[in-house]
Amino acid sequence: MTRAMLASESRSEAPRPLTVTELTFLVRDTLRSNPLLARILVRGEVGSVQAAAAGHVFFVLKDANAQISCVVFRDDAEGLGVELGDGMEVVASGSLDFYGRRGEVQFAVCALMPAGVGAFWATFQRTRKRLAAEGLFDAARKRAAPRFPARIGIVSSEAGAALHDVVAVLRRRWPLAEVVVAPALVQGPEAPASLRAALAVIGGRVDIVILARGGGSLEDLWCFNDEGLARAIAACPVPVVSAVGHETDVTIADFVADIRAPTPSAAGELVSPDLPEVRGEARALAEDLVRGIRDALRAHSARLAAAQERLSPKGLSRDIASNRAHLRSLAALLVSAAARAVEQSRQLAEFAARRLQALSPQATLERGYAIVRDADGRLVTSVDDARPRDSLSVRLRDGRLHVLVRGKEVS
Amino acid sequence: MTEEVSFETSLAALENKVEALARGDVPLDQALAAFEEGLALYRRCHEILARAEQRVTRLVAATEGLVEEPLLPG
Repeated sequence: MTRAMLASESRSEAPRPLTVTELTFLVRDTLRSNPLLARILVRGEVGSVQAAAAGHVFFVLKDANAQISCVVFRDDAEGLGVELGDGMEVVASGSLDFYGRRGEVQFAVCALMPAGVGAFWATFQRTRKRLAAEGLFDAARKRAAPRFPARIGIVSSEAGAALHDVVAVLRRRWPLAEVVVAPALVQGPEAPASLRAALAVIGGRVDIVILARGGGSLEDLWCFNDEGLARAIAACPVPVVSAVGHETDVTIADFVADIRAPTPSAAGELVSPDLPEVRGEARALAEDLVRGIRDALRAHSARLAAAQERLSPKGLSRDIASNRAHLRSLAALLVSAAARAVEQSRQLAEFAARRLQALSPQATLERGYAIVRDADGRLVTSVDDARPRDSLSVRLRDGRLHVLVRGKEVS
Repeated sequence: MTEEVSFETSLAALENKVEALARGDVPLDQALAAFEEGLALYRRCHEILARAEQRVTRLVAATEGLVEEPLLPG
């Protein structure tokens, strides 16, 4: 039997008392069928916070005149990002339900955010301290933006001006990049979960992600202070740029992001190279290329000239002199050849002889060295080989000197 | 129609060719090949830049998972 039937019966026929259970079902169905109550935002002060063993959190939301029982179920409680305390001002989102066992209307909260400056800063500071202590803001963790991003991800509201601004800057500066947008809620209690989800799906598909939102009130920007979002940014496989609000707005997302941009447009500039600049760079490389081949050609023609010179008989002989075996075989070849070749080989041999001579001591003397011998004709190569008053003979390029040792000095 | 070779890859390859040529000890045929390849790479870079046209898509959840559909920036 459905409750709807029951309801219509009770109207058309004589009234029949409902059981209490039937009544609670009726109330619950009425609540559930009202679309206005399916998803509501409520602002109020938190009181009577109680964490149940099962992981659910119970509390009341109240204002000066009324209060309502609230629950955050375990699954939602884990990602809440806000520590509830009595007296805290919050905006909660969720749906209204009826809890039959206690006969109580209950606000099932799925997400909430602090409201009012006091609650804001208390939560902000707590999150900031905790994440800083974990090292999530460390400069060493920050990744640099890729120089030429092929795919740029934007997590933003589809309706916002921020998205439009970023796309416009990218179109002007670096239209090569594909832009992929992951739409997300960017304000309200449910925004953190939405942003986390968008970041998770886009992270693996792009080279860099821009988290963009235009300016707004402290409350509007609150979702960017969410602890869970901060962790999602840190865990993102590619660099994340935070571009939230105006330059003066600072959020937790700014601390944890790899790059902080003062505004969404600035984020577009930060992640994209400048097209004219890159064009100039490519052109400069092309010029280097042309210079390179010109130099290479010049170097090769110089080598060609050198090779030609080496192939001439005069050049050949130089190589031959340094390779006796080659000389012999080549000389034999030449000797057995025609008269001209014989003459040539003679010249070659002569040249080789000159070359050999060049390597003799005479050549060394020509260069300014001397050969010193003692009275017995023994070579003096060390100061130990002679004593003062010894007479020595010093052979130079063009003759000998007879000298008397006056003293010695060891260097 | 994504480029099978990206701009970045082409530019890096062009840089390599310039460096290879600058080393100076490259055999002539290799130097000429590097020059020609480098020139082709430059033309390709130039072409990619000239043809660049921004493409914007949005990620949407569909029955076959996430898909990207064109987004006309408003």
